[in-house]
Amino acid sequence: MSATAFAGVPDLTKLITRRERIRLPIWCYAILASVGGTAYSFKTLYATPESRRQFADGIGRNPALAVLYGKPFDLTTIGGLTMWRMGVFGAALLAVMSIITVNRHTRAEEEAGRFELVGAGAVGRHAPLIAVLRLVLGTQFALGVIIGVVLVALGEPVSGSFLLGLSIAAGGWVFAGVAAVTVQLTDFGRSAAGLAFAVLGAAYLVRAIGDGSGADGPTWLTWLSPLGWSEQTQPYAGDRWWVLALLVLGTAALIAVAFRIAAGRDLGSGVFPARPGPAGGGRLLGSVSALSFRMQRGNLLGWATGLLIGGAVLGSIADSIGELLGSSARVQQLFERMGGQSGIENAYLASAMNIIGLVAACYAVQTTARLRTEETSGRLEPLLSTATGRLRWAASHLAYPLLGSALLLVIAGAGAGFAHGGRSGSLGTQLAQLIGAGLIQVTAVWVVVGLTVLAFGFAPAATAFVGWSAVGFCILLQELGPILKLSHWITDISPFSQVPRAPGVPVSAEPLLLMTALGGALLVAGLIGFRRRDIG
Amino acid sequence: MENIIEVAGLRKRFGRTVALDGLDLAVRSGEVHGFLGPNGSGKSTTLRVLLGLLRADGGEAVLLGGDPWRDAVALHRRLAYVPGDVTLWPSLSGGETIDLLGRLRGGLDAARRDELMARFELDPKKKGRAYSKGNRQKVALIAAFASDADLLLLDEPTSGLDPLMEEVFRRCVAEERDRGRSVLLSSHILAEVEALCDRVTIIRRGKTAESGTLTELRHLTRTSVEAELAMAPPPGTLEALPGIAALEVRDRQVRCEVDTDHLATLISALSVCGVAALTSRPPTLEELFLRHYQDDLASAGAAR
Repeated sequence: MSATAFAGVPDLTKLITRRERIRLPIWCYAILASVGGTAYSFKTLYATPESRRQFADGIGRNPALAVLYGKPFDLTTIGGLTMWRMGVFGAALLAVMSIITVNRHTRAEEEAGRFELVGAGAVGRHAPLIAVLRLVLGTQFALGVIIGVVLVALGEPVSGSFLLGLSIAAGGWVFAGVAAVTVQLTDFGRSAAGLAFAVLGAAYLVRAIGDGSGADGPTWLTWLSPLGWSEQTQPYAGDRWWVLALLVLGTAALIAVAFRIAAGRDLGSGVFPARPGPAGGGRLLGSVSALSFRMQRGNLLGWATGLLIGGAVLGSIADSIGELLGSSARVQQLFERMGGQSGIENAYLASAMNIIGLVAACYAVQTTARLRTEETSGRLEPLLSTATGRLRWAASHLAYPLLGSALLLVIAGAGAGFAHGGRSGSLGTQLAQLIGAGLIQVTAVWVVVGLTVLAFGFAPAATAFVGWSAVGFCILLQELGPILKLSHWITDISPFSQVPRAPGVPVSAEPLLLMTALGGALLVAGLIGFRRRDIG
Repeated sequence: MENIIEVAGLRKRFGRTVALDGLDLAVRSGEVHGFLGPNGSGKSTTLRVLLGLLRADGGEAVLLGGDPWRDAVALHRRLAYVPGDVTLWPSLSGGETIDLLGRLRGGLDAARRDELMARFELDPKKKGRAYSKGNRQKVALIAAFASDADLLLLDEPTSGLDPLMEEVFRRCVAEERDRGRSVLLSSHILAEVEALCDRVTIIRRGKTAESGTLTELRHLTRTSVEAELAMAPPPGTLEALPGIAALEVRDRQVRCEVDTDHLATLISALSVCGVAALTSRPPTLEELFLRHYQDDLASAGAAR
């Protein structure tokens, strides 16, 4: 690479940093808080080595948890517990951050035509990629170091703490490299991101299978996944720094490949040629609903697949949760506080369904926010200048957050029901119970959708902000409320804490109807605002 | 003739910015009406009010006999709109987009669509994200021209087209007029407006500056005249004529500008001296246009 390839990198880095000045700190804060909070709660919940040993006895026998979180290496220390619970998970979160950020500032910029504007200046053709990689890798490195400092401050060994922080960071690095490659391949930002997310999903799955298999199984699969490498650094349990070197080398190799491909392609095009579409609209493309379906179907399919797998994984853990937690009276107490009265298994399943409800709320907010992006992109204007009314158009999109999320909850409930019922031998009952337990979450999702639509009607620029803040707030209350022993008065603000804790408790219709009414009222108010306001 | 668009005293503000400040506009049924003005003068805002996308703060607007805000859906069955900045659905092909927009409008003429695609040389199989600005505009234009709408609202529709395609566009607009449709063409390309439009409205800072046929507008401004006379005119005679400006007399050569209403007076004054050669050039639209914006230019110059 010649020196001119670096021209403009400092200025572009400044530009990208400015555009990311809110998002990246939020990512970093969320991940730091999760890791630090996990370590802190382990420290308070399992203060004695004896309680940790009991906890470890339960986990050691449960392959399902290894599938979900990764293999535990040393559960007798706070650090080891934190690594097991947050190592792979944190690396996967940073991977998501990498993919989104790298794509936003490379392929998406090219696609929008903005890079042409920048690229015509004294800017090297690889400058955007170099600038965004510099920012992402640097930020994640700093985050890794800070995580290390926090863990040391909590009293954990220095070497293991920094290795844990950097292992999580390096998971993000590899996927920054993956995204750097995928953005070269297609000419469409959304496909480039989708491709990188598929690689991330595969990496998670391959590691999950490897970690979940017994000694005779294909444990080597873990080593095929970068997320497996993040786990295999084994902080606090041997501190294998050389595995970290593997992650760094992998990142470097991917970035080298990305630059190699970038050097051989034209601006705006990808390696895969764009496929032509049909010359005319098929019979199915005749209404605004059909158009919305075209735009939403891929996304819905992706979420459905994810939630089916997620539901199945969560369901498959259920029958071993009792033996896992039976050893610690304190934890049993905690989980009952989180879940319900009748039996730890039902309490666990109710919590799992609550988590799935929150995931469905993320889908709902993402698809509701689509209303606003369609408007600002200028694609709404030509539609509304046909014989399509505003409400008709809004309804065609709102079907996804309102009904699509219900479908997702049914699918996740079915996945959990099959997995749990199949193992416990009561398929029919479990299937019906868990689908029901999933579906009632939709009433809480509707409240979040209603709030987002309200913003869309009256403060359209704040649509996404309001929606994501609402979901973030609910997640925070749901996850931290019970651990921090917040009073019910506060946790009850979240609609998700109003949903009956099924299975295991009788489902009363009252809260469900109330939330449906509230969601409906917010939705109607928002739509009235949208009908009355200016477009654009 | 009945007016298909009737706008009176239209007002619209965005926060502190005044976009429309009492605009008047009348488009007659069956005419091609030019809507002229520089960037930011309020052309697009007017069109978006007419489409019911924006709600006016004051004044009246009647479109196809209905209220553009209240009756939007019913009115939109009878009109087609081409935005100035066309954004397409990235994963839909051009052909799909044309058919979709046509169907949402209530139908389109398939034979005419195919003919238009051939004339505009559009490859309908490309995906929306792969089209250039000009091609995106062609997609929207074909969808509009292939519809059976009574009224076409075109917002600077040729800004991305090459000269050949602009020619195709002009022919299409002429055909539309021959088929009895009305067109409101917002533009700042004066040659296009001059070639296509029956009547013109010039807008300046959200207000109507001038409106009428090109001939009527020309009457409001000056004609340039150059003459070679048989004998030098007696000093003082030409200067005394009404409506004369920029007079230059060099022996038997005369060059001046005259208010079009006073052209006849000038010609008779010249013929007294014996006219050897005479050229008279009616004002171009550029001159008309510039005259309205001279104040703006002058104040901008003064401010600098």
